[in-house]
Amino acid sequence: MSPRVRRKAPAANGGGAMPRTLTEFMAQALVMEVEAAQRYIDLADAMETHNNREVAALFRKMAAIEGKHAEQIMREMGWRETPAPPGKRVWEGFEAPETTPVDDVHYLMTPYHALELALAAEIRAERFFARLVEATTVETVRRAARELRAEEEEHVALIRAWMEKVEKPGPDWAHDPDPARYLD
Amino acid sequence: MNDALACAPPTPQTYKSSYKPIWCPGCGDFSVLSSVTKALAMIAVPPEKVAVVSGIGCSSRIPAYTTCYGFHGVHGRALAAATGLKVARPDLTVLVAGGDGDGYSIGGNHFLHACRRNVDLTYVVMDNHVYGMTKGQPSPTTEPDWDSKLSPGGTGVRSFHPLVIALASGANFVARAFSGDPNGTAEIIAQAIRHPGFSFIEILSPCVTFRPEQRDWKNRAHPAPVTATDDPARAARRIMTDDGFNIGVLYAGSRPPYPLGRTKVPVAVAELEAEFAL
Repeated sequence: MSPRVRRKAPAANGGGAMPRTLTEFMAQALVMEVEAAQRYIDLADAMETHNNREVAALFRKMAAIEGKHAEQIMREMGWRETPAPPGKRVWEGFEAPETTPVDDVHYLMTPYHALELALAAEIRAERFFARLVEATTVETVRRAARELRAEEEEHVALIRAWMEKVEKPGPDWAHDPDPARYLD
Repeated sequence: MNDALACAPPTPQTYKSSYKPIWCPGCGDFSVLSSVTKALAMIAVPPEKVAVVSGIGCSSRIPAYTTCYGFHGVHGRALAAATGLKVARPDLTVLVAGGDGDGYSIGGNHFLHACRRNVDLTYVVMDNHVYGMTKGQPSPTTEPDWDSKLSPGGTGVRSFHPLVIALASGANFVARAFSGDPNGTAEIIAQAIRHPGFSFIEILSPCVTFRPEQRDWKNRAHPAPVTATDDPARAARRIMTDDGFNIGVLYAGSRPPYPLGRTKVPVAVAELEAEFAL
């Protein structure tokens, strides 16, 4: 398993529609956090069902962290209710940069793999905000994007530190004596 | 449900049941489930006004994962059951779901005639080009040269082309979606539900267990470079010549749907029993 940071070269502006106002930008940022959290919940559920409880717990923790980031945005913007998501997305590609692709997981994956995925997601988010800082012409958006970029950088550092404390998987981590698919 | 909750606008979570999917981690069907719940939230139809009907297969488990009414029916017969339901209860939004084996092989005949009848249904097929639940046999959409332990050297049989067959059979709305694009897929499902008549969406949904190479679909899927047409000939030409990874609404026709509410539907159990009396 080797989670990739990016599959396609991103466009300079992120590839999507540029946010015209701070509100529009923060609504996009909120969507990013909410979708990332929801995906972690889905992955945690899937891992729990397959009795990979350690990884399920880790994904659930990641979901809680992303949920807190979403709450923080709501608080900072003074939003009581989730605003309607902006019609056009800022990012290129199908999913928000912080969302872990649904197919990047394996039922026998280890916590280290889960952290690799989280790291890749945070790096994508950090790069996304960095590109936006460069490309936007709206000063309030640039300031907010810079702040969010700094936060994502912090998350990248935190996850790297976390990974130091977690056992690296052995070469046979995906070995299943009774696999779903017989290849021999 | 208290009054405040009843009045609150639905969210995708409104349509998710407490049952956790048992699909393999990495399966595209997780995203399709998420798209279905997002689409239902977009059109804001109450869960009790929606019926999700399915056949047999991994993807056909989907009714249990929603809070809507559900019918997990007989293999290949989801469209038949759904047609009966919609005719009897035109007030319901009827969503039919299944896989490529269930829909195109066992249920192939029902598929043709559901398109032809043009009853107001939305049919979502999660196509992974394999029978996943029964451990990886080739399905109607499997490539002829797909080599596996169960089909050494490939079947050598031409793949079924569901989109063009749906179009030729009279489906009123034809679209292709990709599970790796859950938001785009949700928008297509919402459009399909709103469109009158029979709407067919083929969702490319990778099977990471038996077709791990399908993880590459995310690098191949791309938005269709054209907007939907209402000209079936033009749509057929596009569908027949595209690369199989064009995502979007490919055809949105204006054929009148099958007229509903023409016949009196017995509502009392006694009346139903009387109809079956020998």
